[in-house]
Amino acid sequence: MLNISKVETFYGNIQALRGVDIKVNNGEIVALIGSNGAGKSTLLMTISGVNKAAKGTINFDNKNIENLPPHEIVNLGISQVPEGRRIFSRLTVEDNLRLGASSNNKGKNFDEDSKEVYDLFPVLRDRLTQRGGTLSGGEQQMLAIGRAMMARPKMLLLDEPSLGIAPKLVNQIFISIKNINKEKGVTVFLVEQNAKKALELADRGYVLVNGNINLEGSGKDLLNNPDVQSAYLEGGKK
Amino acid sequence: MEYFLQQLINGLTLGSVYGLIAIGYTMVYGIIGMINFAHGDIFMVGAFVALISFILFALTSIALPIVLLLTLLIAMVFTACYGWTVEKLAYKPLRKSFRLAPLISALGMSIVLQNYVQAAQGARIKTLQPVIQGGFNFFEDSNFTVTLSYLQIFIVIVTIVLMAIFTLFITRTALGRAQRACEQDRTMTALMGINVDRTISMTFIIGSSLASVAGMMFVMYYGVIDFYIGFLAGIKAFTAAVLGGIGSIPGAMLGGLLIGLIETFWSGYISIEYKDIAAFSTLVIVLIFFPTGFLGKPDIEKV
Repeated sequence: MLNISKVETFYGNIQALRGVDIKVNNGEIVALIGSNGAGKSTLLMTISGVNKAAKGTINFDNKNIENLPPHEIVNLGISQVPEGRRIFSRLTVEDNLRLGASSNNKGKNFDEDSKEVYDLFPVLRDRLTQRGGTLSGGEQQMLAIGRAMMARPKMLLLDEPSLGIAPKLVNQIFISIKNINKEKGVTVFLVEQNAKKALELADRGYVLVNGNINLEGSGKDLLNNPDVQSAYLEGGKK
Repeated sequence: MEYFLQQLINGLTLGSVYGLIAIGYTMVYGIIGMINFAHGDIFMVGAFVALISFILFALTSIALPIVLLLTLLIAMVFTACYGWTVEKLAYKPLRKSFRLAPLISALGMSIVLQNYVQAAQGARIKTLQPVIQGGFNFFEDSNFTVTLSYLQIFIVIVTIVLMAIFTLFITRTALGRAQRACEQDRTMTALMGINVDRTISMTFIIGSSLASVAGMMFVMYYGVIDFYIGFLAGIKAFTAAVLGGIGSIPGAMLGGLLIGLIETFWSGYISIEYKDIAAFSTLVIVLIFFPTGFLGKPDIEKV
């Protein structure tokens, strides 16, 4: 479904991605793990067209998207929940959701789709008239995921959904990611520092080190891999 | 008392004009964080388009209300095209450049528009015969008669109607929502599937058409314009936008009214020579106590 091939991305003179190859099949959950600064967020922003790939190709549903502007990529069916959630804090929760629905039939499916989002995150229904910035971190994350789902994406890119969120809510968010994948059939590409949680959830995983894909395999294999354990898991278990 | 009332009426009329221009400054600042110094000259272009349109309609025998409506539409459409073109030519190519670049480009655009109108229309002042005459007189038996002209009523009503439509547009429509989203986070707005460039263009189109209405009112009210009126009116409206809190749309409306009132009351009670200094000094004093203007709020975000 998504085929990333030899992608290189630069920030000014600094090379953030050094020829990344990743494949995500329809219906999968694929996790990308890696330390801070490995280039994980850069990769997601490159897929979404915010950063331009200097070299390489990104193919989605048999269409090359590496030169498309971000809004057209969203219209093709790739929605992103970015790092730090980036909800519109001065706008109401409802406005945030309506913005998410912009690409979807010009917002005409709002009533229908918002019901599905409220089923996923009931708390949002009670917060509709509140400004986004007044929500707690976990609620903001739910809003960010709900907002992305309003576009009826084929594929959801999630960047660090557990970052800065109460541990109790992290579980809830991972369960809803699983639901989005299993029940709504949305393919998920997940970037996480919480490698254990991400690999437990994922069908397959990739490890990104310094802009290169270092390892790949099924979620289970990577969890049991000694290198992955020493680099990303044991530190987290302390 | 009668004198005060007269100044109040005059101030509200002038404030309406400033308010309409100020919205354009504040919207553009809100969405791309730049002061569009050519906006005052867009207002001037609007005044010229309205003047030309009035003169052409004077040759026909169309009824006055229709002339007013048609002139309003013609001024808005033509001036919107100018605003849109200025954005495409002078600001869009510089969007990813450093912050000062579009600002300098805006100053350049301002000079270009002034000289273009000077070359095309001549440097002499242009006059317009009063289009709407007459009015209500109050307190005729006291020693000061208060006049509320039909023109003043027209100006205030058109301003209120336009601001109401504009407020509904910003708060209720998808495009208005996209605009508010762009003000906060342009990248994220693009990730919602919204064409950010088009949203920015729309901002310029709306701001310019509101400024053109202000231009039309200016030429009707004063009856005299030249290619240079955009400078002072633009600076005043910019002051109004900052006074109300730049980036805040209700702030621009409020700031416009305040500047209009300050200017007329100063002229009426103290001295007409220093009215501009009064307006700008108020800005300085207000900014000392309210650094973000009256309605501008510093962003406090929960992380």
